[in-house]
Amino acid sequence: MSALRSVFSRSRLRESRLSVPILALAVILLFDFVFVPGFFNLEIRDGHLFGSLVDILRNSTPTVALAIGMTLVIATGGVDLSVGAIMAIAASVACILIDPRIVGLNLQGDITAVVGDPTYSFVPIPIVIVASLAVAVVCGLWNGVLVSFGRIQPMVATLILMIAGRGIAQLITNSIKIIIFNDSFAFIGNGFIVLPFSLFIVVALFAGAWLLTRRTAIGLFVESVGISFRASLYSGINEKRIKLFAYAFCGFCAGVAALIAVSSIRTSDANQIGLYTELDAILAVVIGGTVLGAGGRFSLLGSLIGALVIQATQTSMYAIGVAASAITAVKAVMVIVVILLYSQQVQDLGRRIAGRLARRQAAA
Amino acid sequence: MTDPARDIVVMESIDKSFPGVQALKQVSLTLAGGEIHALVGENGAGKSTLIKVLTGVERPDGGTITLDGAEVSIRSPLHAQSLGISTVYQEVNLCPNLTVAENLLIGRQPMKLGHVDWNAMNRQAREILQGLDIEIDVTRPLGSYSIAIQQMAAIARALVISSAKVLVLDEPTSSLTGHETDQLFRVMRKLKGEGIAILFITHFLDQVYEVSDRVTILRNGALVGVYETAVLPRLTLITLMLGRSLTELDDINQHKIESSQHIGTEPLLQADGVGLVGSIAPFDLVLHTGEVVGLAGLLGSGRTEMAQLLFGIDQPTEGSLTMDGKRVRNFSPIGSIERGVALCPEDRKAEGIVADLTVRENIIMAMQASRGWFRHLSTSDQYAIADKYIKLLSIATPSADQPVRNLSGGNQQKVILARWLATNPRLLILDEPTRGIDVGTKADIQKLVLSLAEEGKSCIFISSELEEVLRTSHRVVVMRDRAKVTEFAGEVDERAIMNAIAGGEA
Repeated sequence: MSALRSVFSRSRLRESRLSVPILALAVILLFDFVFVPGFFNLEIRDGHLFGSLVDILRNSTPTVALAIGMTLVIATGGVDLSVGAIMAIAASVACILIDPRIVGLNLQGDITAVVGDPTYSFVPIPIVIVASLAVAVVCGLWNGVLVSFGRIQPMVATLILMIAGRGIAQLITNSIKIIIFNDSFAFIGNGFIVLPFSLFIVVALFAGAWLLTRRTAIGLFVESVGISFRASLYSGINEKRIKLFAYAFCGFCAGVAALIAVSSIRTSDANQIGLYTELDAILAVVIGGTVLGAGGRFSLLGSLIGALVIQATQTSMYAIGVAASAITAVKAVMVIVVILLYSQQVQDLGRRIAGRLARRQAAA
Repeated sequence: MTDPARDIVVMESIDKSFPGVQALKQVSLTLAGGEIHALVGENGAGKSTLIKVLTGVERPDGGTITLDGAEVSIRSPLHAQSLGISTVYQEVNLCPNLTVAENLLIGRQPMKLGHVDWNAMNRQAREILQGLDIEIDVTRPLGSYSIAIQQMAAIARALVISSAKVLVLDEPTSSLTGHETDQLFRVMRKLKGEGIAILFITHFLDQVYEVSDRVTILRNGALVGVYETAVLPRLTLITLMLGRSLTELDDINQHKIESSQHIGTEPLLQADGVGLVGSIAPFDLVLHTGEVVGLAGLLGSGRTEMAQLLFGIDQPTEGSLTMDGKRVRNFSPIGSIERGVALCPEDRKAEGIVADLTVRENIIMAMQASRGWFRHLSTSDQYAIADKYIKLLSIATPSADQPVRNLSGGNQQKVILARWLATNPRLLILDEPTRGIDVGTKADIQKLVLSLAEEGKSCIFISSELEEVLRTSHRVVVMRDRAKVTEFAGEVDERAIMNAIAGGEA
C-alpha cells in the first residue's frame, strides 16, 4: 500500500522515478525466488564467482553500456536506433585488425599456423581497442551531425546508419566470420577477476558517464536542451554541440558494448552482433524513467537498473523453460506494463484508488 | 444589472490545495447571464486555479458549484463543455494549418453521401463568424490571420461546440494590439447581449474598466470582494489587489530623474546601419552606460527583431555593431554573454524558462553556459547564487529546488531576470518583461531597471504598454513596420510618440 502510494505520489517524483525500475527488479527476483529453485545460489570455483545472479549481471553488460549512452541521447529529446549497427561495425573493425589475413588475398598462405594461436594479433590489442572505439565514436558523430546540424528527425537520421551499418560491417570483413583466438582480447568479455571482467568495464563506464554529466555542466545542458532547445539557445548554451556530444558518446558506448560482445563470442558476425539491442537499450532507458520523445530529466542509475530488469526477465524466462523465440512476447508485455506504469492517466487512477483506500481505512 | 434570478454559475466556498500550497481558500464567484465579469488579482492570487476548477481541469477539495440552480460536479474539461462552460485560453488551442472553417467545425462537419460537404461547411463557418461581425475568408488557413482573429475563431468554436452559457476568457488580450482588442470587445459585448455570462481574466486594468460590469478580486487565494466596476475607483481596485497602497509609480518617476544624471558620455553600444534582410531595415542606435532606452511600437513593428539582432540570435546581413569601440564579430548568444549583453526574450514560455528544471538550475544556466562545460559551478555555489537572487528579487518559491513550472508567471519572469543578472551584464535587453504580470511585480521590475541603470548598466526596455516605456526610459525609440522610425529624448510627449507609432507623421 505505502509502496503503491509512493509510486503514485507526484511530490516524490525523484524517488518514484527510481521506484518503478526497482519495483520491477524486485518483482522478477521474487518470481525467481518462488519458481526457480537454486536461483540465488552462488559458488566459488577456481576463484570465480558463479551463479544465476552473476550470469544476469554478466549478460546484461552490453545492454547496460548501450543504455548509458542511450540515456543521454534520449534526454536531449532524441533516440539512436543505430547502436546495434554501430556495434557490428566496431566489432568488424576489431576483428579485422586482430586477423586481417582471412580477408586478404593470400587466403591459402599459412593459415593453419595461426588458427588456434592464442597470442596472435596483427596489431597490438590496445590499438585494436582504441581503433574500434574511435570508429564507433565517428559513427556517433555522423548521427550527431545529421541531427544537430542537419536538423533531421533523430529517428530518421539514425535509421540511416541502422540500415547501412550492417552492410558496412560486412564490407569491412568481406562478409567473412572471423574467429578470434587471441586470449588477451577475449579476456574483455570472458575474463574473470572473481567477478566477470566485463562487469568492471561497465562499472567504470557508468562511473565515467556519471562524473562527466553530474560533475560538469554537461548533464544540466543535456536536460535543458531536451526540455526546451530554444530557451537553451537563448541562455547561451550551444545546443548543437550538446547534441553532437550526446550522439558521439552514445557511439562510444556502443563501441564498448561491441568489444564486450565480440570478445565473448570470439567471432565477428555482422548479422548477429548487437541485433535488436537498440530496442533493449531504449527499453532499459524507458524503464529507468527517462521519457522517450520528450527528453529532459534523465537518470543513469534508472537506465542501469532498467537494463538489469530486462536481462533478469530474460534469464528467468529461460530458467523456467520459455523458448528463446518466445522471449520477445514477454518483452512486449513488459513494455506495456512499463508504459502503463508511467502514464499520467494510470498514475492519476492509482492515486485516486490509493486515496480512496486510505479514506476507507481511516473510516474503519 | 445583477438580478440573482439570472445567476448562471454560483461557485461557493471553493477550497483547493496543492502539495505545499493552499491555492484557494473559501473562494466564491457568481456569474450572471448577460454580464461581463472581470476576475483580477496578482500572480499567484488563485485566478488560474479558480478557472481550472470551473472548467473541470482541477477538482475542488471543498465547496459547491451550482449551474442554473442545480449543483454539479464538473469532472473534466469535456464535461464542462457539455454543461455549457467554454474556455478560450491565452494561447490559441487550434490548428493553424487547417482552414478557419475546418477549425470551427472539425468534429461536426456537415456530411453528404459519406464525405464532408465542404461548401456547406464553409457556408456554416461564414455564418457563425458573421454572427460575431467578422468577415473573413474561411477557406484560408487559420494561421494566416492575426492572433486576434485566431482568438475570435477560438471563441466562435467554443460557442459552436457547446452552445455555451458561460464563456471563460483567460488573458485573451495579452498579445493583441489596441485595434484587435477593440474588435474582441465588440464580440464580447455582442455575446453579453445574447445573455451569455462572460468571465474575463486580464492584467490590464484599463480593460477591466472598459468592458466589465462587475469585478471579483482575489488575493493570496482568498476572495477580497465583488464590486460594480463603474463605482469602484481605480486606486481602490489596485489597493485591494495588492493589499497595500501604491505610491510606487511616483517613486519610479523620481527614481528615473535621479538615474538620468548618471548616464555616461561614451557610447557602450553603437549600431551603424545594422539590418537583416527580411527581418528589419538597417538602423542606427547608440546606447550609453547607465541609460535606459525604450522601444515603442506595435506588435510586429520590429522591436523583437532588433533585440534578437543585438543579442546575436540572428546575424545581421549589413551594417556594423561596435561595443566598447570594438567591432562585434561573434554574433551568437554566447558571444553576447561574453560581451556582457543579456536578453530576456519576449516569449517567456518557449524561449525563457526551462520548465522542468528547478529554480536554481534556471538561474545559473546562462552563467554556467558562459563558463563552458567543464568549469562546473558546485552545487553549493549554485544554491548560494540562487538564494541570493530569490531574496534580491523576492521570488515567491518554496525553495530553490522547486521546478520553475510550478511558479506563477511573474515569478518565472523574475527567475529569467535572475538568470541574466547572475551573468553580471552591462547591457540588459528586456523584451516585454512585464507581459502577463501583475501590477505589483510590474512596478518591481520597472524599479529594478532604474536601479540597474544607476549602477551603470544599460538597458533596452521593450513593451507594448507605452505608459510603461515612458515611465522607465530616458530615451524612446519608435519602431514601425520593421524599421526604426524616430527617437525621442528628454521630456517626451506621449501624443507625439503615438503619432509616430501610428505613422501619422513620417
